[in-house]
Amino acid sequence: MSRSSPAVDEAAPWAGATRPYDLVKELVVALVVVGLLTVVLAAVFSSPDETGVTLQRWASAAPSDFVTTAAMELDGSSTSAGYGAPYNHNGSGQALGPLHLQRWLGVRIPVDPAGDFVLSPLRTVRGDPSVAAAVATYTAASAAQRQTWASNFTTAVAAAPNSDPTQITAGDYGPVPTLTTSLLGLAQSGALDSQLVTPGGGFYQSDYTRPLLFLADGSYLSDLAQRRHLAGNQWGMMNETGNFPGQAWLWLYTFWYQISPFKHSGNGDALVWAVMLILSLGLVLVPFIPGVRSIPRLVPVHRLIWRSYYRAHPLASAPPADAAGPPAGT
Amino acid sequence: MTEPSWTARLRNSATEHLPPEKLLPDRQPSYVASWIYVFGVLTLAALVFIVLSGSLLALKGPGWWHVSAFGHFINSLHLWSVELFFTFMVVHLWGKFFMASWRGRRALTWITGAVTFLASVGTAFTGYIVQENFASQWVATQAKDGMNSVGIGAAWNVLNFGQMLLWHVTLLPAAVIALTGLHLLLVRTHGVAPPIGIDPSTGEAQHTSRPGAIR
Repeated sequence: MSRSSPAVDEAAPWAGATRPYDLVKELVVALVVVGLLTVVLAAVFSSPDETGVTLQRWASAAPSDFVTTAAMELDGSSTSAGYGAPYNHNGSGQALGPLHLQRWLGVRIPVDPAGDFVLSPLRTVRGDPSVAAAVATYTAASAAQRQTWASNFTTAVAAAPNSDPTQITAGDYGPVPTLTTSLLGLAQSGALDSQLVTPGGGFYQSDYTRPLLFLADGSYLSDLAQRRHLAGNQWGMMNETGNFPGQAWLWLYTFWYQISPFKHSGNGDALVWAVMLILSLGLVLVPFIPGVRSIPRLVPVHRLIWRSYYRAHPLASAPPADAAGPPAGT
Repeated sequence: MTEPSWTARLRNSATEHLPPEKLLPDRQPSYVASWIYVFGVLTLAALVFIVLSGSLLALKGPGWWHVSAFGHFINSLHLWSVELFFTFMVVHLWGKFFMASWRGRRALTWITGAVTFLASVGTAFTGYIVQENFASQWVATQAKDGMNSVGIGAAWNVLNFGQMLLWHVTLLPAAVIALTGLHLLLVRTHGVAPPIGIDPSTGEAQHTSRPGAIR
């Protein structure tokens, strides 16, 4: 096929008509308009700031959930206890087919839920020999014995009226009731909040990995989130507490969690991330993707944008196919 | 003959690619006459207010806005400038898409804009998880699973407030500002793409029938 005329270089300097333009004035006007708009929106709508949940508040408001969660840390059935990388080796984590990306960097943030969330804080309790004795009994027992005690207790709590740990039937629980009840008291006093943040006993701290993991293992935090329409199946990642717009720009990321197979897959997070990585790469590389780069020519939004120019300089016919690319270099 | 110094080479290259009349133009092609062109500068203006309000919050530290009415107002300015920033940026992005603004060796301009958008999403996300309130607790505990599932969480721990705060107030804003600067320089260097179907060397309709002939 031969050319009917030389190719047009769209990188060529503009030789058509021009009009006056004041870049600095445009920026100043934009700053004034956006500044006023920001101030008005801030003054009228303010911003959300719902107080965070402390372990003390959790233990006081939902003691049954707290005790159940503590027992699950001991018997290894909590989310954190079976998480896997990067916290521990207790789970395989998510995978993308044969790629176990979650395990690639290994256990970089070591967390032992039973030890870090329950036993270590209880070792700091002074003036109550029964707590020290319970910790000693528990840690001296075999792993199988500890598992039996904790599992028996967790099962009994689940079967008790309203899952109330104080109403469980008698059973072989070993020192677990003492451990969990003591931890509840420690949390209700407020002492556990700082102990989980500073497991090494340091004064300054800024890492809330342990208390947040423990908090998220319980139902209290997620129940509060559910009531505020922040749960994963409620487009939670992009929502904000109260009637505020939140991170609306995360709508596409959040969207995948609402549909199958992402919604029900055990590897849902990894699948969503893979899809978003591909789509993000696609956004960046739009100029090089055949078909996608031609959409602007096929959808005549450009005729609306440049309608004045096209009126004065009418196109002889429809723009040539693939007029939107590919770019010749960058 | 003496070789030009590195400084001279840099100056010569800069003035060759971006002479003052291109850097600060006082005339534009006549087709640059649509409201859609305003959204780029509106995005830039919103970024200015994000940086200003964020800097004010930084002056008094992360806990200030929880206990001060004035601090809360500054936080509100920060929030709403971010909301405006993304609104303007998304309109700007879609506008540039439907204008196929990458034509004529302008692909790098598009790429820097798209990467700036992605970096901005990351910056805003870290802002939400360093608020030190219920929302940040919930978002962080939910987001960790996504990060961990692809191995990012092992190095970039969203539950570590200190790490996220430093990313939010230093590394990510620096990246967004640098990318924005590069994006603006590219816009000034290459100018805005001509209307689809118009030959910039004449300002009239293109006369070619060969698919893919347009560069």
